[in-house]
Amino acid sequence: MCLAIPAKIIDINGVMATAEVGGVCKEISLALVDDIAVNDYVIVHVGYALNRLDPKAAEETLELFRQVARAAGVPWPEEPA
Amino acid sequence: MKYVDEYRDGRLAQTIADAVRAAAAPGRTYQLMEFCGGHTHAIHRYGVQDLLPDNVEMVHGPGCPVCVLPMSQIDSAISLARKPDVILCTYGDMLRVPGSRNASLLKAKAQGADVRMVYSSLDALQIARDNPDRQVVFFAIGFETTTPPTAVAIAQADAEGLANFSVFCNHVLTPSAIQNILQSPDVRELGRVRIDGFIGPAHVSTVIGSQPYEYFADEYQRPVVIAGFEPLDVMQAILMLVRQINEGRAEVENEFSRAVTREGNRKAQTLVAEIFELRRSFEWRGLGFVPYSGLKIKRRYRSYDAELRFDLQSHPWADNKACECGAVLRGVTKPRECKLFGTVCTPETPVGPCMVSTEGACAAYFTYGRYRDIRKTA
Amino acid sequence: MSAVIKQDYRRPVDFKHGDVDLSHGSGGRAMAQLIDDLFVRAFDNPWLRQRDDSAAFQVASGRMVVATDSHVVSPLFFPGGDIGCLSVHGTVNDVAMSGALPLYLCASFILEEGFPLADLRRIVRSMAKAADEAGVNVITGDTKVVERGKGDGVFITTTGVGTVPPGVHISGDRARPGDKILLSGSLGDHGVAIMSRRENLSFGTTIESDTASLHELVAAMVAAVPGIRCLRDPTRGGLATALNELAEQSGVGMTIREMDLPIRDGVRGACEILGLDPLYVANEGKLIAICPPEQAEALLKIMQGHPLAVDAAIIGEVCEDPHHFVEMATEFGGNRIVDWLSGEQLPRIC
Repeated sequence: MCLAIPAKIIDINGVMATAEVGGVCKEISLALVDDIAVNDYVIVHVGYALNRLDPKAAEETLELFRQVARAAGVPWPEEPA
Repeated sequence: MKYVDEYRDGRLAQTIADAVRAAAAPGRTYQLMEFCGGHTHAIHRYGVQDLLPDNVEMVHGPGCPVCVLPMSQIDSAISLARKPDVILCTYGDMLRVPGSRNASLLKAKAQGADVRMVYSSLDALQIARDNPDRQVVFFAIGFETTTPPTAVAIAQADAEGLANFSVFCNHVLTPSAIQNILQSPDVRELGRVRIDGFIGPAHVSTVIGSQPYEYFADEYQRPVVIAGFEPLDVMQAILMLVRQINEGRAEVENEFSRAVTREGNRKAQTLVAEIFELRRSFEWRGLGFVPYSGLKIKRRYRSYDAELRFDLQSHPWADNKACECGAVLRGVTKPRECKLFGTVCTPETPVGPCMVSTEGACAAYFTYGRYRDIRKTA
Repeated sequence: MSAVIKQDYRRPVDFKHGDVDLSHGSGGRAMAQLIDDLFVRAFDNPWLRQRDDSAAFQVASGRMVVATDSHVVSPLFFPGGDIGCLSVHGTVNDVAMSGALPLYLCASFILEEGFPLADLRRIVRSMAKAADEAGVNVITGDTKVVERGKGDGVFITTTGVGTVPPGVHISGDRARPGDKILLSGSLGDHGVAIMSRRENLSFGTTIESDTASLHELVAAMVAAVPGIRCLRDPTRGGLATALNELAEQSGVGMTIREMDLPIRDGVRGACEILGLDPLYVANEGKLIAICPPEQAEALLKIMQGHPLAVDAAIIGEVCEDPHHFVEMATEFGGNRIVDWLSGEQLPRIC
């Protein structure tokens, strides 16, 4: 029920959009969000986009994880964005 | 899958686990409650507990909207479904939840009731459009994540004048539940449950923002870390909680910054405020009647309220005496401590909702983790 | 002038626009004509041309294997296949899982009044093609028709007969601690292909059903590694169910590694969106093999050399366990069990 998944917007048609996860496409509603553009990532829950994923914040979170690794002395290769 | 796979990386998991181990002071335990059912599921599915040191324990909270729905509400839904002119649309999770006398929506369907599983409230609207001569009722459940989609459906039905569509509203609120737990005798007086910190729900928080939790952190002096949905998010949040506890801090931190802001989704909040209002009190399985914890449809939209349209009467029905779902939901009892667990009560033959919902603590534990305790006693 | 009367003229069955009606199941002329013009013509073998109610055949002495399966899949036509070829592959595979060579099939049809004959012919032709490719004959069958609303288009039951080569002993109770567990390829393709066509779950994907006859792969495997202990095809309930069945039958436990499971991106994506676990999603063209540890590498090579098993992998081991748990090391680093399926993931999956 809590199930929500990050998906990429590949097409917008009024209030509806096509969201893609791992090659699978589904029609969803953008009624709960504003200013979404094609190629944005959104969190999808029961057929609606709830929020836009902030790529900068996403990268910062991953960097947080990597910092923990480096602090532990585990060599961590720089991942491409 | 982008924004998913990176947060499931096993190599990173180990290093964060080591950091937690290093941070957790020997000689004390850390009891952390993960409120959200999705987190309960993730913890069990990925075996997160295996990576944590023994003195960091997860206590499962009542954040599973299927689990906290009282039997009387299921009975009402079943009675609606049994009406010959009604099509009852429901999320899949509700189909097998037992009502009184062992009934369920799935069993009612097998007996001829028109019960349809939908993925979205949009599907229910379409069913209403396609069946103008039937009454289409949408069984709306869920926390703040799922409430805005119901609001959209009601607004849309109103805009279209879709007179045969109505909603049976059972939406509940997260902060009220957290408050209820922190106020409960188990926590406050009896010391049966010690909660040192909370992992805040992921997707509820994308809607309500991080701001509502500041009250709890302040008033009850417990740290809250909002965590994303993936196992690395959960592990990082645990690390952040352990650090806060060590440093004597009680703040709201946001690990899920890629999707949660302090204000949350204002557009969704506004729409919800337009359609719904607070009920004075709402019954939660296991927590009893909790004030200002549930939503009902506002007067302006009352023609879409199934409770009014069908004059639904709620008949309270006592849960099975031996069923400990209430205590499990409050974190007092572990699933394996319930007498019915794994024998009378299994996912196949559930007695209580914690075993039915995939996010219920009992189901998660039974499906993914029970082998640990069986092996210990063998 | 007298009109020309064609002596042997019989109005052909209208496969383009006609529908099944109750007379097609009544045992009368209409049924006989349908059988002749559709089934006998499509399957085209001496047994059916004989037009007896049963079929007689010789087998070499030794052990015979018989298996039966009903097919109620919905929708009838799905990406990568249809109920027709599925009904052939399914039973051929059941026979092959004991190491047997499939020889003959029987096919019975329950048709719903009103079902388009064009679709029925498409299904039967697909069955004939699948049977032909598998080297088996459909030698006898039955046709019944039920009233409109009492069926769902068509249900097909196939029964298969095969012979076990001497010296081959493959069955679900033979797994022993230390044995290796192999999987022939990607999980969940069939289930996802079916789900993508269900109305209330519609999503776009290029995933196709993996439905296929596995007996030639099995023959190659058995020839190279006669010590194979168990074979099982993970259909309904997926890999999880098949492994739990084998563990129970053999009285053992199992450990598998999530990172070694081949799963296509499209299947992962669909399962994420729908909240499903790929371990429980149906497959119709894959098999699990359990063999002694020293033969695992050789078996893997043989499998990977066959077009239906290029993605084969060693996914785990059999161990001692009085509780018969199937345990999995997750990609994340923790452990969980892979339990029996509760309830049903999706109805009418095969």
